[in-house]
Amino acid sequence: MDPILAFADWLVYGVFGYEAGTHAGDAINFFVYDVIKIFILLMSMIFLVSYIRTYITPEKARKFLGERTGIQYNLMAAMVGVVTPFCSCSSVPIFIGFVGAGVPLGVTFSFLITSPMVNEAAVAVLGGSIGWAATAVYVISGVLIGTFGGYIIGKLKLEHLVEDFVYKTFIGEGLDPETMAWQERKDWAWGETRDIVLKVWPYILIGVGVGAIFHGYAPEGIMAEYAGKENLFAVPVAVGLGVPLYSNVMGLIPIAESLIGKGLPVGTALAFLMSVTALSLPELIILKKVLKPKLIMYFVAIVTTGIIITGYIFNLIL
Amino acid sequence: MKIEILGSGCAKCRSLEANVREAVKELALDVEIVKVDDFAEIAKRGVMVTPALVVDGKVLLNGKVPKVSKIKKLLTR
Repeated sequence: MDPILAFADWLVYGVFGYEAGTHAGDAINFFVYDVIKIFILLMSMIFLVSYIRTYITPEKARKFLGERTGIQYNLMAAMVGVVTPFCSCSSVPIFIGFVGAGVPLGVTFSFLITSPMVNEAAVAVLGGSIGWAATAVYVISGVLIGTFGGYIIGKLKLEHLVEDFVYKTFIGEGLDPETMAWQERKDWAWGETRDIVLKVWPYILIGVGVGAIFHGYAPEGIMAEYAGKENLFAVPVAVGLGVPLYSNVMGLIPIAESLIGKGLPVGTALAFLMSVTALSLPELIILKKVLKPKLIMYFVAIVTTGIIITGYIFNLIL
Repeated sequence: MKIEILGSGCAKCRSLEANVREAVKELALDVEIVKVDDFAEIAKRGVMVTPALVVDGKVLLNGKVPKVSKIKKLLTR
């Protein structure tokens, strides 16, 4: 048996004296179990990926991608997006740094689409709540939507829709890729872990709390009734709901978990979470500094379509 | 000596600025500290990950916020 579940059972049913199978007992057990599991995963995952990140810097990625086109470079750029930081404040400097130095627009977009969608914190919370199979689906879809979305943008030849200053910006050399000692990498990774956990913990607690109440008190199968697979509007509506929601994605994942438990199809839930991370109003506003509105519309349309298709596909096969 | 702090207003940029100001105060340096938040200006200096510390046009740090003691070492080098 899962030791964390055993602990949650012992604490809630044994020490607190709640009865298993009651609304309150189920809700509190869900809360204790999810919080412990999510925080253990969150800390180990962020530490691991931050450590890897000390080796894969955007400067190295830019050199590696070069000026070549071809879908394999879109794929590589999307994978670089997985390991770079998810803060939207760094996406624009990287965009300018890539395009200004000659990385093709489509390849840069593959990076830009996947980077916010797939990050270690979301992966840890997804794995801890919804499970690893759905997490793998989420990560692979995020990389593929970035790869093909960027490829299409490259094929559409939209270079004229990037603000002119991006091409005119002389890109400086930046920092020499320093050789960090093991200790320094470890310290940096630990600093990142602390920063991110301190930033997201309230959202996770609120999300798990809401999810726990829903888990304990909502009628079985209620989501299947209103947003089941046969309701074809459910996926686009879920994607539309996701756009205005942004910083609280870590909190939305445990809520999505409880909705899946009450019959929401996994594909619909993943499509919702993808649209929360991939398309956010603050990011679109920041992107306006480097992209003309028409290109932002292409970006939103391509990513939305990709996410909706992914939602339908996974509702069919899962 | 001219010190530039590059960043678009994220929390880390503010803590880097605070640490740099503290280091400058402790070293009693006569310097000009400028905040650069324009994306084009940041790109011109070759920086893709903010916050970054630029001293007399040379990028000394990016993507991290070191302790005051480490910044003092960087500034006196």
